[in-house]
Amino acid sequence: MTDRQPIFDSVLSQIAPFNKKGVELTEATSFAGDLEWDSLTVMDFVAAIEDEFDIIITMNMQAEIETIGQLVDAVAKLKG
Amino acid sequence: MTDATQTRDLFSKFDPLIAEREALLATGVRDPFAIVMDEVKSPTQAVIKGKDTILLGTYNYMGMTFDPDVVAAGKKALDDFGAGTTGSRVLNGTYQGHKEVEEALKDFYGMSGAMVFSTGYQANLGMISTLAGKGDYVVLDADSHASIYDGCFLGDAEIVRFRHNSVEDLDKRLGRLPADALKLVVLEGVYSMLGDVAPLPDMVAAVRKHANCMILVDEAHGMGFFGPNGRGVYEEQGVEKDVDFVVGTFSKSVGTVGGFCVSNHPKFEVLRLVCRPYVFTASLPPSVVATAATSIRKLMHAGEKRAHLWKNSQRLHKGLTDLGFKLGTETPQSAIIAVILTDQAQAVAMWQALLELGLYVNMARPPATPAGTFLLRCSLCAEHSDEQVEQIIAMFEAAGKATGAIG
Repeated sequence: MTDRQPIFDSVLSQIAPFNKKGVELTEATSFAGDLEWDSLTVMDFVAAIEDEFDIIITMNMQAEIETIGQLVDAVAKLKG
Repeated sequence: MTDATQTRDLFSKFDPLIAEREALLATGVRDPFAIVMDEVKSPTQAVIKGKDTILLGTYNYMGMTFDPDVVAAGKKALDDFGAGTTGSRVLNGTYQGHKEVEEALKDFYGMSGAMVFSTGYQANLGMISTLAGKGDYVVLDADSHASIYDGCFLGDAEIVRFRHNSVEDLDKRLGRLPADALKLVVLEGVYSMLGDVAPLPDMVAAVRKHANCMILVDEAHGMGFFGPNGRGVYEEQGVEKDVDFVVGTFSKSVGTVGGFCVSNHPKFEVLRLVCRPYVFTASLPPSVVATAATSIRKLMHAGEKRAHLWKNSQRLHKGLTDLGFKLGTETPQSAIIAVILTDQAQAVAMWQALLELGLYVNMARPPATPAGTFLLRCSLCAEHSDEQVEQIIAMFEAAGKATGAIG
């Protein structure tokens, strides 16, 4: 099991440039509801996460990921 | 009575869009998405609300809609075969004309297989959803047309996006996928929103570094115009041998409606039995396939039209650049020239000013556009005269100054 905290910290630093409204970031923060990201922002952010962790998050998987916590879990799983 | 907007039902999710449109129309502008062409006089001229209007927002690149041979072929087929087939291609809906248009496509593309669909949208929907199944991957450009995305969602494959036209991003993503998985890479020759062209040789080279990949290129906006034979950007850029499937449409340069895929794959014909958007819909009417076949054969020898379309595109691009408009591409790359505006209010004001001067262009807005931009999209026609192009530039100058879009 990959250690979760460094992934969480890294995800937060990847969110920062896209967090234009300065929304507080927790495990439960949602991308669509709280951060109010549109599909284009999501695309750019997912590409950044993929490159940071050298993984692929398919659009099929993206449909299941709504919160920061779920993303961290998905990255941890994909990193193996 | 309850106020309809207060009642929660399946339409409630559209309330923000309804409110946005109502606010926009309340400012007194005409609805950009409700234009009616009362008369169409030629590929480049129509009458809208009694006003003679130059058409600069159609995909009639080669001006084939009123070609006398094309129209005559349609009339004859209507007389000989009737108004419609009332059936699927695999049942009673394949007439001689459907075979003839598929033969015309094979000759046009120099390929062994051709399959005609009822629209271009259905061609992408059918090809992508049928080729890539469960456990396979579709790898697509982020700016892909809606029909490509919908083809992905209709199938069961895993969907992977790369940044628009980024060879490096494509290469990296393919490298992260399991080597033994089967992959379909979907590219477009011309991306229709900004009119930019894909760097196909570099993209093909990146794909060929990875195992088990097939390449599909959508040439909807490239057919008729690019390459010595008008096959598309993939021909112009010399990657014909590396492309497995070409998807296209009859509703742009060909001048009617319909879609197709051509390929040299030896098992191509089996798709007719397993491709749902091909099987479960009625085939094109006889008059439509007759006009398409005639038009495609004429497009093989349309070198002069291609040259004039290039001239028009280059002249308009330069004219608008000189006036100070921001365009989708720095250099003219295709017959689409996109004018980028700051917001919806400016885009609609400019669109309406042009319409009142007698010029129709397309307005495009998110989510269809990249990076949330508001565009006025101009698409040129080989039949636009030099004089019309100068008129168009003058109208852009007048509308731009009246709306403050240019200084």
